[in-house]
Amino acid sequence: MEITVNGDVLTVKEDITNIEELVQELHLEKKSLIVEHNQTILKKDKHKETAISEGDKLEIVHFVGGG
Amino acid sequence: MVNNRYHRQMLFEPIGETGQKRLQESHVVIVGVGALGSSSAEMLARAGVGTLTLIDRDYVEETNLQRQQLFSEEDVRRQTPKVIAAKKRLEVINHFTTIHAEVIDAGVDELELIVPKADVVIDATDNFDTRLIINDICQKHQKPWIYGACVASYGVTFTVLPEETPCLQCLMDHIPSDGATCDTVGIISPAVQMVVSHQVTEVLKIITGNLDTLSGKLIAFDIWKNQQMELKVASLKDDKCPSCVKKQYPHLTYQSQLKTAVLCGRNTVQIRTSAEKIIHFDEMKQHLERNKQIKLFTNPYLLSFEVDKYRVVVFRDGRTLIHGTKNVQEAKKVYYQYVG
Repeated sequence: MEITVNGDVLTVKEDITNIEELVQELHLEKKSLIVEHNQTILKKDKHKETAISEGDKLEIVHFVGGG
Repeated sequence: MVNNRYHRQMLFEPIGETGQKRLQESHVVIVGVGALGSSSAEMLARAGVGTLTLIDRDYVEETNLQRQQLFSEEDVRRQTPKVIAAKKRLEVINHFTTIHAEVIDAGVDELELIVPKADVVIDATDNFDTRLIINDICQKHQKPWIYGACVASYGVTFTVLPEETPCLQCLMDHIPSDGATCDTVGIISPAVQMVVSHQVTEVLKIITGNLDTLSGKLIAFDIWKNQQMELKVASLKDDKCPSCVKKQYPHLTYQSQLKTAVLCGRNTVQIRTSAEKIIHFDEMKQHLERNKQIKLFTNPYLLSFEVDKYRVVVFRDGRTLIHGTKNVQEAKKVYYQYVG
């Protein structure tokens, strides 16, 4: 399945079905982050119930502490 | 001279003569004078901000010179405190700007004295503990502040306006501690400058009264991977937020702060974090392994590493021992550099 994350087209395994699984696949699950899915900002409690499908557009921003 | 030096900035229509006068009457507080703080201080001094207060507990080291633009090799040799070195350089750049240099740890008591005098606060710290204190204090005193942070080639920034935007507490679901810091995974200067460009532009808009042009977005980028993200996060304002809605200011309490204790006779400082901080042990190990100057040892209960003259032991619950110093400030510096 092809999706766009932060402007880059990614091919992800078909068994990735929701945002929570995608965040794990990208190794971002330990980050404090915010996900926008097809232009809708998702609260974290919606990550599991939000399905991903072919062609979806996501923006993922995580917080960092350096400076 | 005064009029002439700001001429090109006054030609810029949204600033003009009125905006320039406001800049000259303004007071900006910069918390942290490392890479982000050096750069924003220089831009704001050149722009003609009347008063800058610089806060930093640290002194200049050789590894700073790659990106911390106000410092020189002489500052490294003399181990000059960063704010003192910064003040000296900024006064050469623009002697019309009054610089208050505070060689202090930006804790609750210190910021309570300084933030009320500010028009805007710039976050240029290297850790979330101080950021959450800034977040609470700025809500308490109704001051706008600009979150900014970077690591490797990635940066992120957001403008927090009291009573309007979500605050940092609303946006962050937890405080991560995974050892991904400038001292483990590195940092390139363009990532710093990009964050500062956003932060300083927002400050100029606030001071000159151009509030309608503030970005209102959480902005992030990875300048190496050519990625730019902008999220409209207004919907994430949490109506139960203890900081910006309920005004309980949880990070100003004793319980939430980093606890330090000097261990008698052991040349060691113990550091305990708030329960809110989640320690990501395995990620921390991976990040520390990337810095080849660090000698790392782990077992199922703790990780231990040696760097410079220190030996640092991090237990799974986050409790950390910094061996090799009795100085709390020095220990905190090492902690934020390598543990995060």
